[in-house]
Amino acid sequence: MVDYPIEVTDVSAAVTSLKQKFPEYIQEDTRQGYSGIIVDRNYLVEVARMLRDELGFDYLSSATAVDYYGISDHMEMVYHAYRTAGGPALVFKAQTPRDNAEIPSLIDVWPGADFQEREAYDLYGIRFPGHPNLKRILLWEGFEGHPMRKDWKEPYYTEEHKPFDSRWPDGWVYRAEERNVYGKNVQYPADFDLSKLTDRSEEALYSELGLGVSIQELDSDEALKTDRLVVNMGPHHPSTHGVFRMIVTLNGETIESLEPVMGYLHRNHEQIGERNTFLHNMPFTDRLDYISSMGNNLGYALAVEQLLSKGTRYQPPTYRAEVIRVLMTELTRIVNHYWAIGFLLNDLGAFFTPALYAIAEREKILDFFEATAGSRMMCNYMRFGGVFKDLPERIHSVAAKINDMMRDYDTMDYLTELINERIPRSIDELDTFLTDSEIIKARTIGVGYLPPEMAIAYSAAGPLLRASGVPYDVRRADPYSIYPELDFDVAVRYNGDIYDRYLIRLDEMRESVRILKQLLPRLERTKGEPIFAGNKQHTPRVPLGESYGRVENPKGELGFYVVSAGDEKGPQNPWRYHVRAPSFINLTPLGPMCVGHKVADVVAILGSIDIVLGETDR
Amino acid sequence: MYGQGILKGLFVTFKHFFNTYVDDLRYAGRKYFRQDNFEIRQGLKAQGAFTVQYPDEKIAVPERFRFTPFLVVNDDDHPEAPGEDWCTSCGICAKVCPPQCIWIVRGSDPATGRPIPQPTAFFIDIDICMNCGFCAEFCPFDAIKMDHDYEMASYDRTRNHIHDKERLSKPLSYWKTIAPTTALEEAIARGGWEHPDVIKAMKKQGKTPVEPTIDNMWPKAPVTDADEIADKAPAAAVASSTKQAEVAGDVKTQDVLPEDPEKAARLAKREAALARKRAAAGGMPSSEPTTVAEAAPAEQVAEPAVVVDTQANAGPDATPAGGGKPKFDKQAMLEKIRQKKAQKGG
Repeated sequence: MVDYPIEVTDVSAAVTSLKQKFPEYIQEDTRQGYSGIIVDRNYLVEVARMLRDELGFDYLSSATAVDYYGISDHMEMVYHAYRTAGGPALVFKAQTPRDNAEIPSLIDVWPGADFQEREAYDLYGIRFPGHPNLKRILLWEGFEGHPMRKDWKEPYYTEEHKPFDSRWPDGWVYRAEERNVYGKNVQYPADFDLSKLTDRSEEALYSELGLGVSIQELDSDEALKTDRLVVNMGPHHPSTHGVFRMIVTLNGETIESLEPVMGYLHRNHEQIGERNTFLHNMPFTDRLDYISSMGNNLGYALAVEQLLSKGTRYQPPTYRAEVIRVLMTELTRIVNHYWAIGFLLNDLGAFFTPALYAIAEREKILDFFEATAGSRMMCNYMRFGGVFKDLPERIHSVAAKINDMMRDYDTMDYLTELINERIPRSIDELDTFLTDSEIIKARTIGVGYLPPEMAIAYSAAGPLLRASGVPYDVRRADPYSIYPELDFDVAVRYNGDIYDRYLIRLDEMRESVRILKQLLPRLERTKGEPIFAGNKQHTPRVPLGESYGRVENPKGELGFYVVSAGDEKGPQNPWRYHVRAPSFINLTPLGPMCVGHKVADVVAILGSIDIVLGETDR
Repeated sequence: MYGQGILKGLFVTFKHFFNTYVDDLRYAGRKYFRQDNFEIRQGLKAQGAFTVQYPDEKIAVPERFRFTPFLVVNDDDHPEAPGEDWCTSCGICAKVCPPQCIWIVRGSDPATGRPIPQPTAFFIDIDICMNCGFCAEFCPFDAIKMDHDYEMASYDRTRNHIHDKERLSKPLSYWKTIAPTTALEEAIARGGWEHPDVIKAMKKQGKTPVEPTIDNMWPKAPVTDADEIADKAPAAAVASSTKQAEVAGDVKTQDVLPEDPEKAARLAKREAALARKRAAAGGMPSSEPTTVAEAAPAEQVAEPAVVVDTQANAGPDATPAGGGKPKFDKQAMLEKIRQKKAQKGG
């Protein structure tokens, strides 16, 4: 570990030493339910530098904006920084007026702020002086307005908050498009000619890359000259796992630069979330990383439970609920890694045989999810203070359709067989099948190298970070649920290439099986105990304040930054709902990782990061 | 030796390939034509390929499976209030619905204008529904439940995808059929098989409602005769869409247009199967598996293949009550395959 000049043990000591150095520019955040410090925006970079270099907060987890329109009429950037050695977050904020919003960029301190600042610029319109590439990231160049601002209204705008008044007690049904007919739902200036509208966003994108043919260069006397070639990979490309686009500049077969373009699946998830009530968001989190919805559920439940715990009547989840939560999230991790490995092999050209062997076992786990939560992938299982329902006695079905085939298993037998026999067997089989294969080794070893310092600086998370030799796992670094009492190791590999990212997923699956084996006796022991401490509430009044719930999702650290503000009695709708999406932030180092490799390796490198576009684009 | 890793990997592929045939041999080549081995084929001891031959085979969904919501109403053979809505139009489902797809018109007394606990209209836009199940979870009256019918594709979204109250209403017996354990748990929590308000009223009058158990889940004298149901269902389907004309357990008839006899016949089969299952659950002697085929009107039953389907479907259900395993009708199965081939050729 690095030796830091100031020996600090916890966050408050760090805050004290910050205050000593910048007494005038740092204030405690004293708003009700808030924590951390507010930094004068003119000194933000200095403070950040000290945090990183002297106080050891080397990892910027999340950077996001909040618009306090109507409350105190300012905007602020909220940063969560951690030490990779472990421990809780240091939250620091910088405030700016809403008009002409400007906050200095932290990209020089933490390059991982790159995409997150671009997102804040895109959705909130905060400019970041010092950012080298400040342009829209989720929306397209030319989009009018910044949709996360509280005073921005979308074309199908109905009401500010759910539940909508039009639904009850006089809910005569209509479709939004009946009242807002397609073609008439846009307005143009009076002298506007649609036929002369040309989209210049693509041109801007290419000219920024310095592309285009220069006549002088073509006419020069140099005997041999190679031109750079731009290849658009995606958005419709099977290797991009969705609609994701990479603009690759090639010199022959070698990559000179790579620029990720995303947002094709953007639906402004966060604004939908701010219109929803707190509970409404739960099924929406399923749709983020739809491979591992149970993990998303848990992250959001933790964030809101942190807020609820500031109230007086909050009761934490029971022990059985926690056991079930961990059971579900660890099964999800296995599901996700099966998927990731299977499709990484697809990307390498081993079409579908490994993928199908991998996801065969996944089916069994999904059967269990379906019988317990009601859906295979959109689980919507966690609730604030517990889970939806206890495990069923039997996993059984009832025929209601023609040709329906029945199944009936005892749940605990099913789980025991799955955890003790089938999953370990199939992990071993994947291991035998793939690990020693010379083709895989030739394609992956040494490719897409990400050194540990860079992984930390770029805020990489999850298997991507740990394969680079940084043993950082939220389950150990900042434990939640019942992880402290469980015996498992944080998997870590040191080479930082695709091969290690593949191996670390196998390791993590084995660790998950280890955890699951410890959960089985706990499940037996707590059988019949309640899964809810208090009453299940559908519209809880959430005390004012902010919270950041983070979990180690299969793809990396998933964080939910939730702010409850506005109504003094405790609002029903979150004021701010931000998702720190690992798939999104893990793409920040994609460009640097690809430079110097061949074009075929891009596909493999992207596959080894393991992204889901539902989460990337939100 | 270079290439050893690849060979090792190929051995795994070969093992999978081999296992598939070993598994096939176990069933003597009839892996996909036997009804009793599905559970084993799909189970945790399964080896090799475990493909499900949809739509010839469908995995029956578990009880908690959720698709779109439906409204619970009283059974049509309910002694006091047949077909009465359980919904009190309290509006909680509309409030907890994350995409806001539920629309309710609260009922009001025409004389006084005061609200009454009954919805005038109830709509669900199933295009918007995200199948989260909150409405069913938070309904204080157990009046809205998640359906298992996932085959809802249609050609016209504007006409077919906003479900009104008539389309949404399904009798309690349907819920008891698709989710027997859950229905029993809920009834125990309510304190009776009736609507919570009815139970409350009974308690007020000093009566104790019947304690729900697995034995009184179905009425003591249920319509056990599968013939009768199979007779009635298609007739009802064609005849009318009023609630009174509906047969117990019949839920989809109102959607069936008269010019769709095939669908009506299919529904009839399903009703018959459900009825038999109900009979089995109620501890009544299960009827002969052949009755449905005989009972259904000849012109409604399009082809013998469908008959076999029904038998096959009902077979495993009847097992727990009937005791013996259903017989595998090889002749019928061959006939079915022959017909399919002929259809393809034609």
